[in-house]
Amino acid sequence: MSFVSFPRKTLGWMLAILSLSISSYSALAAELDAEAVKRGKASAAICASCHQADGSGMNIPGGESWPRLAGLNRDYLVAQVNAFKEGSRSSPTMTPFAGMLNPQQLLDVSSYYASLPTKPITVPNTDPAVMEHGKKLALEGDWDRYIVSCSSCHGPNNQGVGVEFPGIAGQQPSYIAQQLEAWQKGVRKNDPQNLMGAIAERLNSHDIAAVSAWLAAQPAQ
Amino acid sequence: MNMMKKYILPAAALSALVFSTFNAQAQTTKLGKDLTPQERVQLSQMAPGSPPPKDDELVHIPPTMDDLDASDLHPKMKEAIRRGYDLFMNTQQLRGEYVFNNMNCASCHMGEGRLPFAGPVWPAAVTLPGFRGKNNHVNNLEERIAGCFTYSMNGKPLEYGSDDMLALSLYHQWLATDVPMFPKNKIYGRGYPRLPDPEKAASAERGKLAYTENCAICHQENGAGVVANGEVIYPAVWGDDSYNWGAGISRLFTLASFTMHNMPLGQPNSVTAQEAWDIAQYINSQERPQDPRYTGNAQETRAKYLDTFHKHTLYGVEVDGKVLGQHDNLGHKDFLMPDSIRPRDFSGKKP
Repeated sequence: MSFVSFPRKTLGWMLAILSLSISSYSALAAELDAEAVKRGKASAAICASCHQADGSGMNIPGGESWPRLAGLNRDYLVAQVNAFKEGSRSSPTMTPFAGMLNPQQLLDVSSYYASLPTKPITVPNTDPAVMEHGKKLALEGDWDRYIVSCSSCHGPNNQGVGVEFPGIAGQQPSYIAQQLEAWQKGVRKNDPQNLMGAIAERLNSHDIAAVSAWLAAQPAQ
Repeated sequence: MNMMKKYILPAAALSALVFSTFNAQAQTTKLGKDLTPQERVQLSQMAPGSPPPKDDELVHIPPTMDDLDASDLHPKMKEAIRRGYDLFMNTQQLRGEYVFNNMNCASCHMGEGRLPFAGPVWPAAVTLPGFRGKNNHVNNLEERIAGCFTYSMNGKPLEYGSDDMLALSLYHQWLATDVPMFPKNKIYGRGYPRLPDPEKAASAERGKLAYTENCAICHQENGAGVVANGEVIYPAVWGDDSYNWGAGISRLFTLASFTMHNMPLGQPNSVTAQEAWDIAQYINSQERPQDPRYTGNAQETRAKYLDTFHKHTLYGVEVDGKVLGQHDNLGHKDFLMPDSIRPRDFSGKKP
């Protein structure tokens, strides 16, 4: 037997060091400052006309849909508004507003929306076969077309991971679809390392409709 | 004859196109020279940017789980294959019992173990039993899988013949449906095909920069990946939650090829070969759990397994004044080598 025995003491120390090194990832999530949330609420009045008072956004099939902001990562929200300012995202309705917030106001408003609870959104009736296809793309992907699953980056149940990968479960369906199309057209290009763009370009219109509908119908936590 | 050929080819391509919309029987097994244009397109979508098959290479596009559903296999058979698939995709369900790090089979064998250049697992089912230099004896499929558990998962193998081991082996074998045993032709995209040697000697220093640029967003600057709410989201590439010093991917050429052909996720063949070698040099010069074959001395262990393994790793090599792997860290497990890993003897002269 080629066993090497480790003294119990060493093992104990190893375990102690180990447990210390298991870092909690929540440290990376934005810690929300109550004062900023309060200030943000006051500044957010102007946002509510589109994103709604509860931050749920609105689904406008055929028109420009407004995303749910409630419960999204604060720093992700900040980065998106900055992307509108610098042009790596573009929207006829949002772009004019992006420049209206100074950095402190942007942080406050983002803190406010990040603090809001999420509510289920109304999802248009969708064919069960389409939903099934959407579920497959979201959770397993389609490797024959090198489409990796949404959850491989957006995390378990597509609730989002840290600053870079937003929660997409319970997002407005037309908004998701419009963003994927914006990536395909090269209009949205603020994703790190083109991680989303590379996948978006492999999706067809059927995929986009299916995955948007399925994701929208999932609870956001 | 010539006219016939001209006529048949578009017709075959057309019918393949028509039938591909049903997507029920995607499976293909043939030599490179016999592939239809449609099949070539299909392959290029499975391995974007990778070289196409050579004429005499064996190409196999394994069945999908949808094909399984649509097949007429016995429901009990389907159930067992699904169990194997589930273990393959979510090996973390064995955490603490057989798996002691943050890996799933699918962490390295991308695309459900089906894709060329991504460590496809079906070749194991048609080339084993076979001789492996790593342990210097003839191995069967279960024993090969046991090797993954011992090294890549820093754990211990499922029991030979157990329900789960059967299911996992069966998944490999089912993926190999229609492939002849012991094929003589070279298999297209088998394992992680070796990259040409780098132009400049691989550098951990350059690798660190390339890692920060391409890998750290998911695997983090400290290599630990991300775990949230107890679920592994992005696997650890070094440290206690990663593969140990005996894992195949601790070899530089394996990690370089894996990186080149599979990373960043969704963007195969987007880094240069030089970057892939540099990134491998950087990642594989970080510490990780002990090689289960450890003799108590890393340099001695390196020498013992040099030709068959460690000449391709940095284990037992002095880097920045420290000998890599010279430590008692087993990661999260409390044993070195699992009991069931042992040599074999076919001489017929066993006592």
